[in-house]
Amino acid sequence: MDLRALYEEVILDHNRNPRNYPKRPEGTNHTAEGHNPLCGDHVSVHLRVENGMIQDVGFEGDGCAISTASASLMTEALKGKSEADAKVLFDRIHDALMADGVTSQQVTESLGKLAVLLGVKEYPMRVKCATLPWHTLQAALKRFDEPVTTE
Amino acid sequence: MNEAKLHIPARGRNLFDVNEVRKDFPVLHQMVNGHPLVYLDNGATSQKPRAVIDTVSHYYETYNANIHRGVHFLSENATREYEAARDTAQKFINAADRREVIYVRGTTEGINLVAQAYGRPRLKADDEIVISTMEHHSNIVPWQMLCQQTGAKLKVVPVTDEGEFEFEAYLKLLGPKTRIVATVHLSNSLGTINPVKKIVEAAKAQGAMTLLDGAQSVPHIPVDVQDIGCDFYAFSGHKVFGPTGIGVLYGRQELLDDMEPYQGGGDMIRTVSFEETTYNDLPHKFEAGTPNIVGAIGLAAALDYVSNLGIDAIAAHEDDVVAYATEKVADIPGIRIIGTAPEKSGIISFLMDGVHPHDIGTVLDSQGIAIRAGHHCTMPLMKRFGVAATSRASFALYNTKEEADALVAGIWKVKEMFKR
Repeated sequence: MDLRALYEEVILDHNRNPRNYPKRPEGTNHTAEGHNPLCGDHVSVHLRVENGMIQDVGFEGDGCAISTASASLMTEALKGKSEADAKVLFDRIHDALMADGVTSQQVTESLGKLAVLLGVKEYPMRVKCATLPWHTLQAALKRFDEPVTTE
Repeated sequence: MNEAKLHIPARGRNLFDVNEVRKDFPVLHQMVNGHPLVYLDNGATSQKPRAVIDTVSHYYETYNANIHRGVHFLSENATREYEAARDTAQKFINAADRREVIYVRGTTEGINLVAQAYGRPRLKADDEIVISTMEHHSNIVPWQMLCQQTGAKLKVVPVTDEGEFEFEAYLKLLGPKTRIVATVHLSNSLGTINPVKKIVEAAKAQGAMTLLDGAQSVPHIPVDVQDIGCDFYAFSGHKVFGPTGIGVLYGRQELLDDMEPYQGGGDMIRTVSFEETTYNDLPHKFEAGTPNIVGAIGLAAALDYVSNLGIDAIAAHEDDVVAYATEKVADIPGIRIIGTAPEKSGIISFLMDGVHPHDIGTVLDSQGIAIRAGHHCTMPLMKRFGVAATSRASFALYNTKEEADALVAGIWKVKEMFKR
């Protein structure tokens, strides 16, 4: 097993210096907390959504390198995306991580920078680490009709 | 010359040959991810010696049958071996009577049995149950459930920064309302060995019932339930080189006799009619349904294996390896060991600056080293130390100093990979 496939330089970099972390953007109106009962890790995702567009995003919490890098890469990818596009991205990541076998070239390319997360597929016990921030994002987006206001 | 320093414990010096012992465990001799397996997750479950594997196979191959009912040859053999296994378990923990050995699925079921069959009919609102901060969830949740059912209250003994049971604080928690004291003998997260004899003595002085969680102690240190003086003692077979799904609940006969059954069914009855059922004698009163027959027989083989090596010789060997490993691990910069009580055994729980235990676990696994990363089913204890998780290397009688060296080399590799 090649550990470098899991801990790629991009992953290590985002773990060392997580982007949009720890951060709860001014005017956050969607937030959710995700929890992995297996390991006790938790992550909170905060979004400011205006007119269906994700204007700003940040996350807080403690997690392993995989979940931290996944959350960091996710926040980078989300900024400026529409809510609908964010949901498409969630589905794409979720399907790619959960599907058996090798990910197709086409899917890998469609993920862009996020494709580094696919290294986790060789480590079934760690897939949940990568998907935790994404599930938390989904929960935050679902609360569209009941916005949580800051301050 | 100080005579105390000259004293060398006579526990099995030169008698314990770990390389010979390792030959008894088939699973140890394999490559994992291109490296020889280094199994340091014994706190989760232990590996099985050939003697246990063969005993289990032999049962299924030659005398598998139900017990306590058949008049045929196989059933007689199975019944005899199952009950002989009980004698082995009785001797292993030095119970006064074979009827005080109840077979259960494991420590968890043993504690639940006591909470429900002893606690539920006896406790009332505002009675108190005392446990400690270092309990496994299995020695917390059954008591919380009992509190919800009866209105009793849970009191928690704190632990020191070194991971020791705070005995003075415990004495202050005890009072006339204390009905039950339940604590762990050897902490699965810290390795701390608790002063159970003193704990039991103080509880008895208040007239409280005492239960000890022996899941981790039985494979590592001598256990004599009469010497400890506890009312109940529970342990699991799979942590002491036996099969999963079998464990022992020791209970003092006087208390067991006074308790109603935990579950109803076959084997636990004397007579049944639609009007009235009378219960069987101990220990069968608490063993409803066809039990884990082969599990009990396999566990006896495991206990015989431990007895033949000698628990004192095992403890001396483990202490030697763990002391060596602890020193080497503690020397690595950025490592903090959680649980540094003077009285401890078998376990090194640690944190590494800036690296999550899960990542440590994965990198060690890539070198064939199996440890546990997580909260070890002791979330309140993790909170006490302000962490979500630790990495835990847990040792058993077959671990070596060479394996400790492999662990240390593995941790250095983690550091290299995650260097800032």
